[in-house]
Amino acid sequence: MKIEGKRRIWEEYQKEIADDNYFYVRSCVRQNFFPGSEKTFLRYMAELGKNVFENPSHTTCSGIGYHTDIVPFRTAMTMVARQFALMTEAGYENFVTSCITSFGLYSEILETWNHFPDEEEKTREYLKKATGREFSKPKNMAHASDVTYRLRHEIAARGSVRLVNKETGQPLKVVEHIGCHYSRMFPSKGIGGAEYPYVLAGMIEEWGGEVVDYPERRHCCGFGFRQYLIQANRGYSVAASKKKFESMKPYKPDLILTNCPGCPMFLDRWQYAISEMEGITYGENGQGIPVMTYEELAGLILGYDPWDLGFQVHQVPVEPFLDKIGIPYDTEKKFLDRNGNSMGKPKSPSFLKFY
Amino acid sequence: MGTLYEKLCSDVRFVEGLKACMNCGTCTAICPAAEFYNYQPRLLVDVLQTHDEEKIEQLLKSDTIWYCGECMSCVTRCPRNNAPGLLITALRSLSQELGYFTESEKGRQQLAIKRTVGQWILDYGYCLYPSQIIPENHPEQGPVWDWEFHHLEGVMERLGANYKQSGPGVLRAIPQAALDEIKRIFDETGATERFEKIETFSKAKAEEMGMKLDEGLQNEYIKHIYTSNSKDHLAGQ
Repeated sequence: MKIEGKRRIWEEYQKEIADDNYFYVRSCVRQNFFPGSEKTFLRYMAELGKNVFENPSHTTCSGIGYHTDIVPFRTAMTMVARQFALMTEAGYENFVTSCITSFGLYSEILETWNHFPDEEEKTREYLKKATGREFSKPKNMAHASDVTYRLRHEIAARGSVRLVNKETGQPLKVVEHIGCHYSRMFPSKGIGGAEYPYVLAGMIEEWGGEVVDYPERRHCCGFGFRQYLIQANRGYSVAASKKKFESMKPYKPDLILTNCPGCPMFLDRWQYAISEMEGITYGENGQGIPVMTYEELAGLILGYDPWDLGFQVHQVPVEPFLDKIGIPYDTEKKFLDRNGNSMGKPKSPSFLKFY
Repeated sequence: MGTLYEKLCSDVRFVEGLKACMNCGTCTAICPAAEFYNYQPRLLVDVLQTHDEEKIEQLLKSDTIWYCGECMSCVTRCPRNNAPGLLITALRSLSQELGYFTESEKGRQQLAIKRTVGQWILDYGYCLYPSQIIPENHPEQGPVWDWEFHHLEGVMERLGANYKQSGPGVLRAIPQAALDEIKRIFDETGATERFEKIETFSKAKAEEMGMKLDEGLQNEYIKHIYTSNSKDHLAGQ
């Protein structure tokens, strides 16, 4: 194929991402399990001179309730409409969400309103009646990983760290895992579409790493909403993650990079659970494969302290990855509180190397 | 509105998700649930497009509709623009509306989700809340979560969260006025009604099964639906 043809096809898989002035909404899962990531996003956005506004009265979009089917679609639409109303009231037009489930739900709702205008009208009535609020739809809607992708050059330029093995000089091998609801339902909403999403691959390449392709690259992590939340169903969840680990292991990745709230938690925790159940580990010498959010990786590129980023709440230690790059860290400070006092330490797993 | 099929057609997700399926099986090939459970989205779509009321009722009362993880991989791949994952959302809604969900083991689990995720949305304004993610219920979370759970305020403060405090930030206390708005939205849009139906039908089923069910999570019926697989649901069985 001629280069011009390739470019033309690729242009169809681009999306517009606003340059500044974002109304930010948070993720339920990430606030619980990766609190440092959202903090880091706001930190580098401020350093890069971007205006990000958060209204403390924004709430869950109800996405996990919706995808566990206890929350009706009509309710979810009105919950989302309320978030849009807060954006409108604050004078913003660019909506940025930290959560992929939310991003997928916002996309689904906006598309539903396009196809079924009556649903939008009914939602406006419900919102008005329940809260007195009115809303405009966002002019631009992006996931926070889209915004970080847009800023990947600036982040690389400000940082001094590259994704290169300090011993060999070779690029580090990174597996990227995209949250299902980023673009599976609406490929045009994601950078690169559903089959070849480029949002994380673009960051990895820009920051000096090598993207690893492997057979189960696009398989779900296995959250499956009710399939994890109910203990009796968790075999579904761990089986899906295990399928991915087995598939990526021969490629010896140095890192798994994610943009979804649940995926990094499952790909981190299930490595521990599989090691306890079967004695299997997927990294070198009894280690796991470190898992990171894109904000954590951006923070490393920018030279932030690893414990400010929140790596102490990962079950799979990231220190082997830090060692490969040559990023310094103080082991003694890993589990200290804000004032430098001890909070004790987690117990060591049976098989997965932790200390 | 009469038939089950007509009821399904009143849900825009059903209208959007069902075109004409040619039974190619692409959805089943790509489906993580089909790999794990005795489940084929292709067969589900095939039953629906027969419009056969008896078969649709069986489906609404079956475990089949509860196996999907709603990852929506099927939506990307269907060459005819069907969306089995969306059909599942419509089927699950109707199953709860009619009380059919209590007729299947996987369907009965809805009460546990309602009393956890549903309650947390109303109480905290979040779908998940860290003080409720109890390590005993989540052994897979491992020793780091166990440590974090027992030092939540210290860890959250160390990582710059605003846990339980006013103002913006990670895990801030959602203002009461905002929680009141959520409750009114739930009342106006049918979530409160659905919650009540889940409770009512579950209580009847618990009684039928001879199991104790009172408020909260520490009772025989909730423990049973949260932990039990009384039959083999897996693929290849």
